[in-house]
Amino acid sequence: MSEANASATRITPGNALRPEDIALQDAKPADAVARYALGLGDDALILAQRLGWWISRAPELEEDVALANIALDEIGHARSFLTYAGRAWDKTEDDLAYFRREPEFRSVHLVEQPNGDFARTIARQFVVALYQWELYSRLVHSSDPTLAAIAAKAVKEVDYHRDHATQWVLRLALGTEESRRRMIAGLRLTWPYVEELFTDYPLIDEVGDAGVRPSELRESFDSAVRTVLTEAELEVPAVPGAVGGGRLGRHSEHLGYLLAEMQVLAREHPGASW
Amino acid sequence: MTGGSTTGDDGATAPSSGLHEERAAWPLWEVFVRSSRGLSHVHAGSLHAPDAEMAVRNARDLYTRRNEGVSLWVVPASAIITSDPDAKDAFFESPQGKDYRHATYYTKSEGVKHL
Amino acid sequence: MTATAIDTRADHDAAGEKVFNDIIARDSRIEPRDWMPADYRKSLTRQISQHAHSEIIGMQPEANWITRAPSLKRKAVLMAKVQDEAGHGLYLYSAAETLGTPREKMTEDLIAGKARYSSIFNYPVLTWADIGAIGWLVDGAAICNQVPLCRASYGPYGRAMVRICKEESFHQRQGFEILLELANGTPEQRAMAQDAVNRWYAPSLMMFGPPDEDSPNSQKSMEWNIKRFSNDELRSRFVGMMVEQIKVLGLDLPDKDVRFDEGTGRWQYGPLDWNEFKEVLAGRGPCNAQRLERRREAHEEGAWVRDAASAYAARQAAKPTTTKAA
Repeated sequence: MSEANASATRITPGNALRPEDIALQDAKPADAVARYALGLGDDALILAQRLGWWISRAPELEEDVALANIALDEIGHARSFLTYAGRAWDKTEDDLAYFRREPEFRSVHLVEQPNGDFARTIARQFVVALYQWELYSRLVHSSDPTLAAIAAKAVKEVDYHRDHATQWVLRLALGTEESRRRMIAGLRLTWPYVEELFTDYPLIDEVGDAGVRPSELRESFDSAVRTVLTEAELEVPAVPGAVGGGRLGRHSEHLGYLLAEMQVLAREHPGASW
Repeated sequence: MTGGSTTGDDGATAPSSGLHEERAAWPLWEVFVRSSRGLSHVHAGSLHAPDAEMAVRNARDLYTRRNEGVSLWVVPASAIITSDPDAKDAFFESPQGKDYRHATYYTKSEGVKHL
Repeated sequence: MTATAIDTRADHDAAGEKVFNDIIARDSRIEPRDWMPADYRKSLTRQISQHAHSEIIGMQPEANWITRAPSLKRKAVLMAKVQDEAGHGLYLYSAAETLGTPREKMTEDLIAGKARYSSIFNYPVLTWADIGAIGWLVDGAAICNQVPLCRASYGPYGRAMVRICKEESFHQRQGFEILLELANGTPEQRAMAQDAVNRWYAPSLMMFGPPDEDSPNSQKSMEWNIKRFSNDELRSRFVGMMVEQIKVLGLDLPDKDVRFDEGTGRWQYGPLDWNEFKEVLAGRGPCNAQRLERRREAHEEGAWVRDAASAYAARQAAKPTTTKAA
């Protein structure tokens, strides 16, 4: 294990850590750590898949570029987490992304939600970015050096996503009557899926200091949300939380379609390389 | 776009349809990038943004995708004052003939070390 | 007076014309505030905005495959490439704006079907191999066209092209590598690659524009140092490059007439279907309606977002800005 640690820590936290580097290193995660990384990787992957749709459809060209940047950051995080997780089972990032069935995915329901209009995408983005920032800013202290290194890069990028979403929440909420109505609707549609993000699941006990306990993030998340929504003159939506289960493989109805599209080509040519 | 149907916002209309015709486009901003510490900000191009906060973010996304910069300036294009191109001769001629501002004017000291 | 204010003085400005002609004769650069002939402004505005539209419409056929890219690495590369195209469109719209036409107006002309863009983007992207063929052939042809434009006499256009060419070097390579991987893959993948090359080869040659004898605008454009080489000259140069590169792929060009002509020093190629070219240009290509519709939809459905941001900016305008230059 000390050998593995030495290898992982060769990467200075915060420096550009690429999935290719992770694939080459010796560190092999414990099974529980791998399953934990899988969940974080799936969140980032499904979100990137959703955001990728916007490229060529955004409200203004500058926003095409901005959303593409965020999608690229997320797919980078997904590749790192999945590559690392896969080392536990001799699987590549692509084996995991393209050849798992829906119940084998560990993403939360929030990232599976449809893009909807721009306000709904921003609402989802706002919640995800705030949540991921709270998560990664603690994961940098993970006892697992590779997870810590992935988080160290991701936290800076997610900080920008947080800012991007915040700017848009303010503009849509305080812009026109129509944009305000849409922003409120977007938040209302998104909020049922907030609770799942902060629900502890059995794996967390197995992961120990390598992971971050979701319930511990809730307070700072809520406070960050309140700060922005107050400035936006909005209320936290009073809607009941939906029953989650994504971390256990029980997904929303949306995921099947998303995976069908994402995996179709790879599955038509099993074993092929691209 | 699927927005309307998924949010139940089908048939949404702009708050004031009269605004539609005279809708103001986002203003133009000029972007200046400092490529590394110790160097000046250099004009990189322009972009559209609704305000300064978004302009500087759009500039980051558009003009530093490949590590091109460590600092950005954004300036409303309308705030930049240009010298008059018609007055080119009058405006830029004065330094001509003032060779003594250049080191090469001083030939007698040539060959003297550290000078 | 601002950097972008446009000089609307009479076209017949003898002194201005002399300065303009001198600048062109010295092969120096025209800048936005310089006097320029009305035709020069018009012709450049048309060319640069068409070029910008091509980048923006050109995002669509490739963006369609972002969600289906067969590996995560390819997905990231494709996203980055399509994003670059948005960026390139933005650089070009900015260059065109310095000539006096706002982006909003150019966009409206595009979605109203009044503006043109490269007709190659009206062909459907049917398989993953098409993504490779577009990178290799379409971006390859675009680069051939664009490198000489870095020296275009209009400063903002040339500068935009320098930036674009620098960024675009990865586009062609990633396309080539997609095809290389497929050509060395399973028999199905190899067939997919050859099929894509077969379909994209002729349209990519037609990207250089009509044969020289049918290209009325070219002459003036060359006199103005906007264009540096004729359509046929660039096309032939491109064919020469493809002939060598296809050998590395181990595939075939769908053109048995390709040969080097010692006499003219140019590569020859088989007949191209210029009738099809004109049909597609006239809006009767397989995907013209679809591409314009998607652009229109994004623009119109984005209106409430743009309005919201403008309204917010107006509201905040009274407040002092906190970020100062340093």
